[in-house]
Amino acid sequence: MTQQSRPNQLFRNLHAKIAAIPMIFTAVVVFAGGTLWTIFYSFTDSGLLPRLKFVGLAQYERLWSTPRWLISIENLFIYGLGMLVFSLVVGFILAALLDQKIRFENTFRTIFLYPFALSFIVTGLVWQWILNPEFGIQNVVRQMGWESFAFDPLYNPDIVIYGILIAALWQSTGLIMCLMLAGLRGIDEDIWKAARIDGIPMWKTYLLIIVPMMKPVFITALVIIATGIVRVYDLVVAQTSGGPGIASEVPAKYVYDMMFSSQNLGQGFAASTMMLLSVLIVVIPWAYLEFGGKKRHG
Amino acid sequence: MADTGALNRAGVAAGTIPRELSGPRGARPRRIVSRGNIILYGTLFVMAVYYLLPLYVMVVTSLKGMPEVRLGNIFSPPMEITFEPWVKAWATACTGLNCEGLSRGFWNSVRITVPSVILSIAIASINGYALANWRFKGANLFFTILIIGAFIPYQVMLYPIVILLREMGLYGSLTGLVLVHTVFGMPILTLLFRNYFSSIPEELFKAARVDGAGFWGIYFKIMLPMSLPIFVVAMIIQITGIWNDFLFGVVYTKPDLYPMTVQLNNIVNSVQGVKEYNVNMAATIITGLVPLIVYFASGKLFVRGIAAGAVKG
Repeated sequence: MTQQSRPNQLFRNLHAKIAAIPMIFTAVVVFAGGTLWTIFYSFTDSGLLPRLKFVGLAQYERLWSTPRWLISIENLFIYGLGMLVFSLVVGFILAALLDQKIRFENTFRTIFLYPFALSFIVTGLVWQWILNPEFGIQNVVRQMGWESFAFDPLYNPDIVIYGILIAALWQSTGLIMCLMLAGLRGIDEDIWKAARIDGIPMWKTYLLIIVPMMKPVFITALVIIATGIVRVYDLVVAQTSGGPGIASEVPAKYVYDMMFSSQNLGQGFAASTMMLLSVLIVVIPWAYLEFGGKKRHG
Repeated sequence: MADTGALNRAGVAAGTIPRELSGPRGARPRRIVSRGNIILYGTLFVMAVYYLLPLYVMVVTSLKGMPEVRLGNIFSPPMEITFEPWVKAWATACTGLNCEGLSRGFWNSVRITVPSVILSIAIASINGYALANWRFKGANLFFTILIIGAFIPYQVMLYPIVILLREMGLYGSLTGLVLVHTVFGMPILTLLFRNYFSSIPEELFKAARVDGAGFWGIYFKIMLPMSLPIFVVAMIIQITGIWNDFLFGVVYTKPDLYPMTVQLNNIVNSVQGVKEYNVNMAATIITGLVPLIVYFASGKLFVRGIAAGAVKG
């Protein structure tokens, strides 16, 4: 074995290396290279085509003084906060309900999870229809006799982002429920017995014992939701196209529009670099806790 | 009478108690109708209605004629069922000047999804196998970069990939889009296969090596036949993921090659002409049909795919 490998280190295990070429290409050229390229060019004044004329932080200054970007960021905050809180809470409650040794568990799970199989485009279009004030929920409630009822999130700039939030929650809470359910199933039955003997009420057991025990599941769910939040794009395109006006713009849409329809690449690069930054703020502490922590404990 | 007969037959069957007679195991709800149960099932039922409502509205709207839709209640079942909206959505709905319906987008999506699924799974499974069984120096570094890459927002890499594809002469072609899907499917699939192959007992691998099997021999004769379930899981992840993609489709292809999701969005959100909500809903259902069928047909395996995806996070 050692003798065989002497001649040349490079050819050792050659087939495995050939098999890994696509991965090496993807990791180095596309992921690492592409990311560095975009960050690098965000300091240039690229317009229709990328060009190397450095302008320092001018693109970022312009970005943060553009109303559309500021609205995008504000929307992302509201949407993100809503997604985090409601997905975790609703996902956990649904999982806890399904974990009560109920009948038809599979049926309920199938129902809660199926929207996750649908694309954001389909989700956005369905909810666009349901929230349509002329025909949708608003109209139905008015027909029932409540004439002044108003619920038109997609046409009201102040609340349009909540209309998108409703659709996004419908699509993705099933996933969180599934993760939570797996977490609940991993909890030792004896804990429940001990809590029952001590006479602790069920909701207290959940809140004070089970939830802290499921911390890893919550963290996983949090990272999944957080990366999904920053990426939100197709849902907005389908449901509102960023409207009314620019009231429901999000950063990912800003990037796309700048790069591919406004021919303002520099802005696109700067905006996407900001998106990357926001993901890193979530992922780096998590990776540190998850992997750095493990190393320390041996 | 019937009871004793059944018991006798069970007794005859060589002393082993048949499974159906051993009874349900574990705790059972004590009383069917208690206050707790009413609240429990009531909540579940209300939630189920909320989740099913959009699907119901979609189906109901798509089966109505336009006059009935205009009359007003999106929740009421159709008085007169018509399949015309479905036909129209499939064959003659317009995006701008083009009036071929969704069919073109459907076939584009098929032509995108099939090769993308095959290519991405082939590459990722071989790669995961190399990482699990044939570790080489530096492999872990590249793998770590790959996994970190899964967290980077796609927007950051959109334009560099445009340049790469343009250099290769593939920008705007289906081949280019297939490559993009292969690249972005790689982190999760490689992780999936690497973890699975690592769980196969190493003795098996060693025995095959002793018998003279090489890299490819072991992959095709041992690993592949042993891991069919994980291939199915990978297929579920990829089919639904690629079929539902919008961003890559709109960035890397031309209008006549747009996948179904992009075309659907263009049909429904087109500003020209009168809005035909029933046709729009029929088109929306047709687009969602493929992933829905995959979901309902795969059952537990879909959940397993999700769990695999969760490991990513």
